[in-house]
Amino acid sequence: MSENTVRDAGFDDWLDAVEEGQAYYLECPNDHGSLPPRRVCPDCGSTDLEEVPLPESGEIETFTVTYVPTPAFEDDAPYATAIANFGPVRITGQVIGVDVDAVESGLEIELEVTVSETTDERVLGFSPV
Amino acid sequence: MSDVRVAGTGLTAFGNAPERTGRDLFAEASIAAFEDSGVPREDVDAVFYGNFMGELAEHQGHQGPLMAEAAGVDAPATRYEAACASSGVAVRDAVVRIRSGAADVVLVGGVERMTNLGTAGATEALAIAADELWEVRAGMTFPGAYALMAQAYFTEYGGEHEDLAHIAVKNHENALPNDNAQYQNAIEVSDVLEAPQVSSPLGLYDSCPISDGAAAVVLTSAAYAEAHGLEAPVAITGSGQGGDRFALHDRDYLARSPAAREAGEEAYADAGVDAGDVDVAEVHDCFTIAEVLAIEALGLEPVGKGITAARDGRTTAEGETPINLSGGLKAKGHPVGATGASQIAEITTLLAGTHPNSESVDDATIGVTHNAGGTVASAVVHVLEVVA
Repeated sequence: MSENTVRDAGFDDWLDAVEEGQAYYLECPNDHGSLPPRRVCPDCGSTDLEEVPLPESGEIETFTVTYVPTPAFEDDAPYATAIANFGPVRITGQVIGVDVDAVESGLEIELEVTVSETTDERVLGFSPV
Repeated sequence: MSDVRVAGTGLTAFGNAPERTGRDLFAEASIAAFEDSGVPREDVDAVFYGNFMGELAEHQGHQGPLMAEAAGVDAPATRYEAACASSGVAVRDAVVRIRSGAADVVLVGGVERMTNLGTAGATEALAIAADELWEVRAGMTFPGAYALMAQAYFTEYGGEHEDLAHIAVKNHENALPNDNAQYQNAIEVSDVLEAPQVSSPLGLYDSCPISDGAAAVVLTSAAYAEAHGLEAPVAITGSGQGGDRFALHDRDYLARSPAAREAGEEAYADAGVDAGDVDVAEVHDCFTIAEVLAIEALGLEPVGKGITAARDGRTTAEGETPINLSGGLKAKGHPVGATGASQIAEITTLLAGTHPNSESVDDATIGVTHNAGGTVASAVVHVLEVVA
């Protein structure tokens, strides 16, 4: 990312935290989990949100291998995208470090920030534990 | 409450016309709708117009007044944007406006110009209906999002790609006599299964095409229709809209569409009907799995059972409740901003007996349209009935 690029507050801070091994989610007093950037709990409307450490690993609930990407992932295809369950929150990421044919539901993964081969931009990755 | 009558409908052919401007497409559809309705343009009180990617495809915002002008109408005009449900929400607000007594005649419709962007450009443009930070930046495309739902469905309820293939085959079959359809070719299950993969398990033939096209509908109050002696036997008697969390991963369900269920229940209650009364429906089958989720959400099939509806013939033209007799988005085409209004046009003509597939539903009196935005974070459902 160039120095002139404007950051997306909340989201880029979260990717930084993942890179530092400090991934978190937001929790309201009613124990609803959600992802930043956010000021209001989407479940109950509470504005009292606290950063809580995210469980270290999650489990793939559903996945797909994309062969027709947007231009931002032209050189990355085919790649696997998955939704993983971390308990308090689910997260969408790209499965890395494993052949796309080996991706399956139930696979245990952890977060890792990777880089798009096409754009060099940061991408949230899921790497098998 | 006053019925809202569908006085006239107009569609352009849906398909590949990269050189045609949005304004030209809407002019053609609106001319057809006015001719069909017999309503003079000067009686129009408002124009409600749906469009999704006009800024990207034509570098054109503020399309409401542009399209009113293209239609030759001098009335206040507003653009509605709800991704692929854009003209569905426009129809809903037109219904609300007429019922309130604030308008007697509303021109409602939508346009999308997409093929000039090319496949990669259109894929990128469609992706902005998803969560940019959490989904698009992870490489999720729209086919990818529905593929995640399809895989989740298979895991939760069972089913396989071959079941989905029967939906594509059915909708291509339905499109054969529809001269406005983008595809008028029959396909076989093996064609679907052997097609190139787009986002597994979905392949090219599980996906609707990228399309250009427009739809326009003239809606009037029942009082206006009667006072002017219009031939407008079909009314919109129910309207509902539902919403869900924006990103797919934040939903309670990955293999159901609660927003569509909410919209359907509201529309049924509004019309005083239930799912068992529905004779025919046009649902938002942007991908084969989407038709499954739609018919389950509308209560036309039990949850977990819709996957076999086409394969077992329950939703074919000869079936108990034919789905997507127009060919659906899959074969008719999906110019996204036009789709919701086009579904109103298809059900109106099916019920009025003037659709090429009307003979499949010759006793039908109740039809439903289901239009979804994004990964169904928006859903709009309408009930149409023969009332005159």
